[in-house]
Amino acid sequence: MLKLSKYVLYDIVRSKVIIAYTLFLMAVSFSLFQMEDNSGKAVLSLLNIVLIVVPLISMVFSTIHYYNSYEFIELMLSQPVSRTKILLSEYLGTALSLSSSFLIGVGIPVVLFYFNSTGISLVLTGCLLTFIFTSLAFFTSVQSRDKARGIGAALMLWFYFALIYDGLVLLVLFTFSDYPLEKLTLLLSSLNPVDLGRIFIMLKMDISALMGYTGAMYKDFFGSGTGALYTIGIMLLWMITPLLLAVRSFNRKDL
Amino acid sequence: MITIKNLHKKFKKLHALNDVSASFSRGQVVSLIGPNGSGKTTLIKSILGIVKPDAGSILFAGKSIDKQVAYRDNIGYMPQIGRYPDNMKIGQVIEMVKNIRNHKDGTLDDELFFDFKMDEMQDKNMRSLSGGTRQKVSAVLAFLFNPDVLILDEPTAGLDPLASEILKDKIIKEKKKGKLILITSHVLSDLDELTTDVMYLQDGKLHLYQTVENIKQQTGETRLEKAIAQVMKRYLKDGTATIPMTENREADYAKAI
Repeated sequence: MLKLSKYVLYDIVRSKVIIAYTLFLMAVSFSLFQMEDNSGKAVLSLLNIVLIVVPLISMVFSTIHYYNSYEFIELMLSQPVSRTKILLSEYLGTALSLSSSFLIGVGIPVVLFYFNSTGISLVLTGCLLTFIFTSLAFFTSVQSRDKARGIGAALMLWFYFALIYDGLVLLVLFTFSDYPLEKLTLLLSSLNPVDLGRIFIMLKMDISALMGYTGAMYKDFFGSGTGALYTIGIMLLWMITPLLLAVRSFNRKDL
Repeated sequence: MITIKNLHKKFKKLHALNDVSASFSRGQVVSLIGPNGSGKTTLIKSILGIVKPDAGSILFAGKSIDKQVAYRDNIGYMPQIGRYPDNMKIGQVIEMVKNIRNHKDGTLDDELFFDFKMDEMQDKNMRSLSGGTRQKVSAVLAFLFNPDVLILDEPTAGLDPLASEILKDKIIKEKKKGKLILITSHVLSDLDELTTDVMYLQDGKLHLYQTVENIKQQTGETRLEKAIAQVMKRYLKDGTATIPMTENREADYAKAI
């Protein structure tokens, strides 16, 4: 499998998009840290960029990469290599290159300017989100042979997780505001990896004091060791489930 | 070597394979012929596991190929349209496939590689290759690992006469080694000197599977092209093939060896 991943990685590095992505992340991180006197504020701005940009780039890049490597996949299919292996090495190659971009582009500035538990959680969350959204992108692209449709589905999913979901949650909270919703909001946040990441990092910062009773409850839960384990566990589930579904439909497909 | 039992495959409404059963053994060169869209490539892709049949089974050396991978070690496949990663060079593609196939004894068959002068074009980008050169790369890869079974989908389409001759000579050589070779082609004159058996598919149905001698004998023609044309004409008239299909000959072969 590693043998195949090596070729995938090689192919991705040659495309240079990944290098541009690294440089972009690095430029944003450095300039944010330079502009703000208070590194905490810079991390907060960085957080918002990470939560929007990382899922978007991971999804679009992975989808395009999947369709572009159709030839490679076709070539491998007639060789004695199993389909599961082919897809997983594609996934590993893509996710590893995207996450190393992120580690270099955001990880290095964070280590230089803001090396503490919040900074580390930010980098960890970004990496996990990369793996999650690459996995979601593979799931959607395996379903359809049409590139336009695949990219459309990836974008729709991104819109859903990054924008629409928050609106829905607000709607629910607003409609049922007369009831105790603390437990429910906790559950709702698990249904969206982006939200989960946001809460996880925000609670590491001092601003959670501004969030009232719910914030206090969140802090109680997510601030603890169990909370951190829970977050990582749910995120791993978000990564593994779509990937397994993708492998399953890839194995049954005519290619 | 390969046994196909009651294979069915539908693509939406199109019945690409309709109850196809056949058996291929060592030493045979089987020509798969039939009009466009008659299911030839689907049959080949099913054998390779690229297309998953709806019903029926395929056995390779007695074992079902379903969910198997290792059997492909014994197959060299030359696709109809060879598609390769655009940003790789010829040499890299060949190296990659070598690296991925766990070839044991290290005896690679690089005859075609040199006959097609691939050593001089190793640094050419796959993107810039003409259709014919791509075909050559496909052919090199199919023969490179000295497989027991060769599956060639329209091997000579797009090749210049010289390359086509080289490839045909190579096929004859491999035939003499007792390999099983499956060829699809529309150029019947190309097949005449190679083939031992003819398989005729139409609308996903297997209509005829016969040795060449039988066909020639029964139609009274000496050239394969004419003989096949005769069979097809009769088929169109009666709706059935007048020549009976060959039976499973694997047992006969086992006896002969």
